Amino acid sequence: MSQVFEKRLLTGDRGAGVFQKLWRIPYSFVLLLCAIGAIGYVALYSAGSGNPDLYATKHALRFGFCLVMMLCIGLVDIRLIAKLAWLGYAGALLLLLLVALHGEVGKGAQRWIDLGPLQLQPSELMKIMLVAALAAWFSRASWERMGNPIFLIPPIVAVLVPVALIFKQPNLGTSMITAALGGAMFWAAGMRWWNFALAGGAAAVAAPIVYDNLREYQRARIHTFLDPESDPLGTGYNIIQSKIALGSGGFWGKGFLQGTQGHLNFLPEKQTDFIFTMIAEEFGLVGAVTTLGLLMLVVAFCFLVGLRAKHQFGRLLGIGLGTNYFLYIFVNVAMVTGSIPVGGVPLPLISHGGSAMLTTMIGFGILISAYVHRDAEFGAARE
Amino acid sequence: MRLPWKKSERGIGGFSMRGVKREEEQRRSVFTRRALVLGGIQLGAFGFLGYRLHKLQVEEGARFATLAEENRLSARLLSPPRGRILDRNGQVVAGNRLNWRVLLVAEQTQDIAASLETFSRIVPLTENERARVERELRRRRRFVPTIVREFLTWEEMARIEVNSPDLPGILIDVGTTRLYPEGEHLAHMVGYVAPPAERDMDGDPLLQLPGVRVGRSGIEQYHDLALRGRAGAVQLEVNAVGRVIRELDRREGVAGQDIEISIDAELQKTLRGKIEEGTSVVVLDARNGEVLAMASQPSFDPNIFNSGVSGAQWRQWTANRATPLINKATNGLYAPGSTFKMVVALAALEARVTTPGERISCPGHLDFGDTRFHCWNRSGHGGQDMRTAIKLSCDVYFYEMARRVGINRIAAMGRRFGMGVDLDVELPGTRRGLMPTREWREAQGRPWNIGDTIVHGIGQGFYQLTPLSLATMTARLATGRALQPHLTRSIGGRAVRGGRAEDWPMLGIPDRDLRLIRESMWAVVNEAGGTAASARLPAGYGQIAGKTGTTQVRRVSREQRERGYNVNAVPREWRPHALFVAYAPYDNPQYAVSVVVEHGMSGSGAAAPLAKDIMVDTFNRFRVAPSGPRMAEGRGG
Repeated sequence: MSQVFEKRLLTGDRGAGVFQKLWRIPYSFVLLLCAIGAIGYVALYSAGSGNPDLYATKHALRFGFCLVMMLCIGLVDIRLIAKLAWLGYAGALLLLLLVALHGEVGKGAQRWIDLGPLQLQPSELMKIMLVAALAAWFSRASWERMGNPIFLIPPIVAVLVPVALIFKQPNLGTSMITAALGGAMFWAAGMRWWNFALAGGAAAVAAPIVYDNLREYQRARIHTFLDPESDPLGTGYNIIQSKIALGSGGFWGKGFLQGTQGHLNFLPEKQTDFIFTMIAEEFGLVGAVTTLGLLMLVVAFCFLVGLRAKHQFGRLLGIGLGTNYFLYIFVNVAMVTGSIPVGGVPLPLISHGGSAMLTTMIGFGILISAYVHRDAEFGAARE
Repeated sequence: MRLPWKKSERGIGGFSMRGVKREEEQRRSVFTRRALVLGGIQLGAFGFLGYRLHKLQVEEGARFATLAEENRLSARLLSPPRGRILDRNGQVVAGNRLNWRVLLVAEQTQDIAASLETFSRIVPLTENERARVERELRRRRRFVPTIVREFLTWEEMARIEVNSPDLPGILIDVGTTRLYPEGEHLAHMVGYVAPPAERDMDGDPLLQLPGVRVGRSGIEQYHDLALRGRAGAVQLEVNAVGRVIRELDRREGVAGQDIEISIDAELQKTLRGKIEEGTSVVVLDARNGEVLAMASQPSFDPNIFNSGVSGAQWRQWTANRATPLINKATNGLYAPGSTFKMVVALAALEARVTTPGERISCPGHLDFGDTRFHCWNRSGHGGQDMRTAIKLSCDVYFYEMARRVGINRIAAMGRRFGMGVDLDVELPGTRRGLMPTREWREAQGRPWNIGDTIVHGIGQGFYQLTPLSLATMTARLATGRALQPHLTRSIGGRAVRGGRAEDWPMLGIPDRDLRLIRESMWAVVNEAGGTAASARLPAGYGQIAGKTGTTQVRRVSREQRERGYNVNAVPREWRPHALFVAYAPYDNPQYAVSVVVEHGMSGSGAAAPLAKDIMVDTFNRFRVAPSGPRMAEGRGG
């Protein structure tokens, strides 16, 4: 038994060895991630006003650690990952509950779990685990079965429970991102479009009712979320300063370490949520679009993995993980450009902070595994 | 119905390979389609982000670049010290002293209300103060400090210092505040300062600074621009919380200029010690028109305006019928009474309606039509020439002169002597007064009767003249020059024009006429029978020339007169005012004085002795410290 397990663990399909697997790792993708990590290093070096000890060095160390971890995960058999997916989901849910229970202590939003050197935000982990779990759930479902509403109930619950928990933290932004991510998974898995229309209609009807039943302070939270200008000293101020920083960067930027908005601290949280602004101020539209282009390549690669996979699990993973990273990028950049009123979403691999990087890299590890094991034989779809 | 979690009965092996393949193909094609849709949406989203970036960074780039510069650069104004006001001996009568104060910088605190709340637990703030701070914070830019409290004691400062970690945005700062060492003694001339109001905002950025004051009256107001100086500026690079990163550029301001005024603070104080409520006194340098002293009782302490006048204090000032805030020497209006007779005499001489030697008989009254005009001396003065008429202050003589000359020629002569015209004195709000004419009366829709002219011959009637204009008249009589009363000797060390007698043109009155008038005024004081023997100077002081005046406040009717009107028995506010104008020495005029004692009963009784005292003080003062005119010339540039 243990031998079988070992074989499963270490070998891909057709009995491929570790070296063969290493050969199959998409190094261009790894290189792309390294390039993005390097952009992060440069931006954080600047955010630390030329002092690498502040953010940049930690970022590099963390990235290195996550890179190794990602490659290790990439070698794990995708079928084993599919088997463990729900276990991972359960673990993430447990952490979320843990945070929710301890969340009452302190000043409102307790979103972190302290793991010594790394802090973990369960909501970030949950997004990856949700993608894996949904991919596992849908991987064996035939087109026909996707039309069966009863089959869809468990995954819907699997999405709504963490969404609700994250919403309660309160982290409205992440909970909506999680919901959108779940939606993308359902879509890719083949849920009927009229089901989407139905769900959308139901949400539109339910929203005002739910809103009416909210407590005053809960409504106030939604207001601040939708209209940050109403809090001019908080989020509103940040957005204004971020737009000034972006705009003043112009086409070519102010030059490395020359961003006045960032270095004079007009730019808030420049090392985390507003790191993209830092890049855009110092390297202009050229730097911003280049960064955005590289990030887009990452998303594109995820989709490519999905399209190339011979099994539904890999396909859904590709779409899910790609969409997850896309949502990070879109919400973050849209936020710093003042296009949508959200706060508190980092730009993984570039932002300072371990949680998003760790979970993103776990996700990319799974993705690499899906790529390495793209031809793995799964059981056939069920009706 | 098949439950999804129930294992398929057929199992994996139940599928035919073809069926599985078909299923797989279908699933795959659906997935591919949907993946492309999702990818398309995401590509579109990236396109949107690119568009946003282009819009912000290229289309609106210039605007945001400006905003970033505005963020980065902070021009701070440097407040120059306000110029001092010095008296003629260089004594400071308006200076600056250190003022420890607490400022609040809006951008350095998240919560202004909380900072103020914490602060008020250390140093209590009233509701009014808090409202004022919040109002000023709204008016100013976020990095401009606003004064929360001034004039802190050492102990309060210590307590604030200890608690400073809990007081974000609160700064302790030392500024300067105005100090008037002589307090109320010079208040009416020097004026006072107050925080600028909206209407004072003339575009001078200096006025935005905390603690800056503008002159509100007197010299402080008149020379405000010179005293204020020009704000310097330092351009700083600041970070988001307003902390200075480095200084980029500095432009030094120009300190306010010192103003030297002609007042002698010591004389002023001596003089104020001698006068009672309702009295006003002006002492001019007769040679050049400089105001040596000017007192109006009561006065006020201008230092109070620095820290803001409380409502109670203000009510106390405005409710006081003796009007402490008003300088009666420049704003009090009085009929000149007999002190005006010299002007009538000069008008008569100029109009050639009489000669100095013509004798007019005074039976104690003049009948005109069916009206009888009384002389103050009921038994009459007999026949008298002009000199005697002035010496004895005969009313009948001047009734007759007025009748001959007419009111308009009297008024014209009065204006030449500085009465009923705007004087060039540097005291804002100085009243012009009124020199009545026929046209003035007719403009009111009333006729001018010849009886009116007769009454105006003795300085009664519609005249409204200030003590300052009476002193000006006296100085002009003494010198024959059209000098203007003024206070400024030098600005920033540079002497101003008007300090020498030759700066002033001649009045154009024949010297012979003026000599006659001066001799008559000499006789008033120094000749037996003159009305103001009480003003005679002690030996060694030279001789004084003057003229008394007593003006009715209330018309006395014939019935009252016949019943025996006793001015001593009527209420104080009905009693006549006492006036005296004088210059000295007679043979070399140096000082001109006017004294008005409200309800002082008689010029010879109340005003003349006071004028004599003042002359003695003035002589003593300048004999001890002979500070003749134009001491400033020596150091001027």
